[in-house]
Amino acid sequence: MADTIKFELVSPERKLASADAESVTVPGMAGDMTAMPNHAPFLTTLRPGFVTVRGAAGEQTYFVTGGFAEISPETVSVLAEEAVEGAEVTRAWLDEKIEAFTAIAAEAPAERAQAEALKLNDIKAVAERISG
Amino acid sequence: MPSLKDLKNRINSVKSTRKITKAMQMVAAAKLRRAQEAAEAARPFAERMDAVLANLARASKDSPTAPRLLAGTGKDDVHLLIVATAERGLCGGFNSQIVKRARQDIERLRAEGKTVKILTVGKKGREQLKRGYADLFVGHVDFSEVKRIAYANAQSVAQDVLHRFDAGEFDVATVYFNRFQSVITQVPTAQQVIPATFDESEAAEAGTGYEYEPDEDAILADLLPRNLAVQIFRALLENAASEQGARMSAMDNATRNAGEMIDKLTIVYNRSRQAAITKELIEIISGAEAL
Repeated sequence: MADTIKFELVSPERKLASADAESVTVPGMAGDMTAMPNHAPFLTTLRPGFVTVRGAAGEQTYFVTGGFAEISPETVSVLAEEAVEGAEVTRAWLDEKIEAFTAIAAEAPAERAQAEALKLNDIKAVAERISG
Repeated sequence: MPSLKDLKNRINSVKSTRKITKAMQMVAAAKLRRAQEAAEAARPFAERMDAVLANLARASKDSPTAPRLLAGTGKDDVHLLIVATAERGLCGGFNSQIVKRARQDIERLRAEGKTVKILTVGKKGREQLKRGYADLFVGHVDFSEVKRIAYANAQSVAQDVLHRFDAGEFDVATVYFNRFQSVITQVPTAQQVIPATFDESEAAEAGTGYEYEPDEDAILADLLPRNLAVQIFRALLENAASEQGARMSAMDNATRNAGEMIDKLTIVYNRSRQAAITKELIEIISGAEAL
């Protein structure tokens, strides 16, 4: 049995990170979830939040604004719309994002309105935690 | 017969032209490498996205709850053509190729009685299409201030298109761009983005058996708008690489032509100089003989 799982973080512009991990926590739409080696094939969309990778080299976090994660027994691929390293997240940056998300949520058509509102809520919660 | 001085001036001016085209070629080559790297780097994301969506789309295409971005509006009366060209000229047939491809489709669609709307990205295509189709323009995206195409640029275009779609302005959207094949070949391509289309073979490869969270329909509804941005981003990157490739080969040709011209002019210059010398000699000799 493999005791590590391959982790990949990809943004539309480039591959941001690639590492072997013992477990990966992703902010799934229906709640945070942790994937370990030999996880069942799974696909979830992401809400704004932190991706945590635990590996031999310690813990590494990334902040993602959305996207989706594809989990298979050997790999976790996080396809993030936008991602930064956890340590680099600042309140000012989040405020900018909140503004952008607010605009999107306000204009979203009915069929997507609820999802956009949820995302806005999530990113606000993260901002609260960081400033607090 | 131009004078020697004229010829000299002419040669010098062609020489400086050659210097410029040579420099432009080198710049294009450097930019091309960067553009290709960017296109390469963007590939993993786009491919994953495609595979996942193709899988999902196959399952829910025929269901009545399928999102409109996938199933369409049920009509195809109004077509939106997103014509992506360069902001600059001097790149061979690059812009004209795209415009020609778009023009063919405009004529075809009009002949079929459809309504055509045009959204131009890049100044050059707009200028060329203005002749004849100015009344079809619904918008223009200007990238002349953008040095490197970022995902955010594509996203803003996608937002604009989605808005129009939600407002019911069109039924089918197609992106026109040049697919980069090599430095000498760029293929003008039309890709339909709304309703979304997927490569069926890719879907089969990706394998099924995934568990989805939330359900398939919710994931589709979330991913389809993103996919539009990704598709547009991909088209813009391909276009950027093609533009540099086209410019590089155009400038290579120009440099070679300038070189040939310099050679020819130099021969004419040397001949007329020699002729002048010979003429003077004859004058001196016949003068001496007459004494």
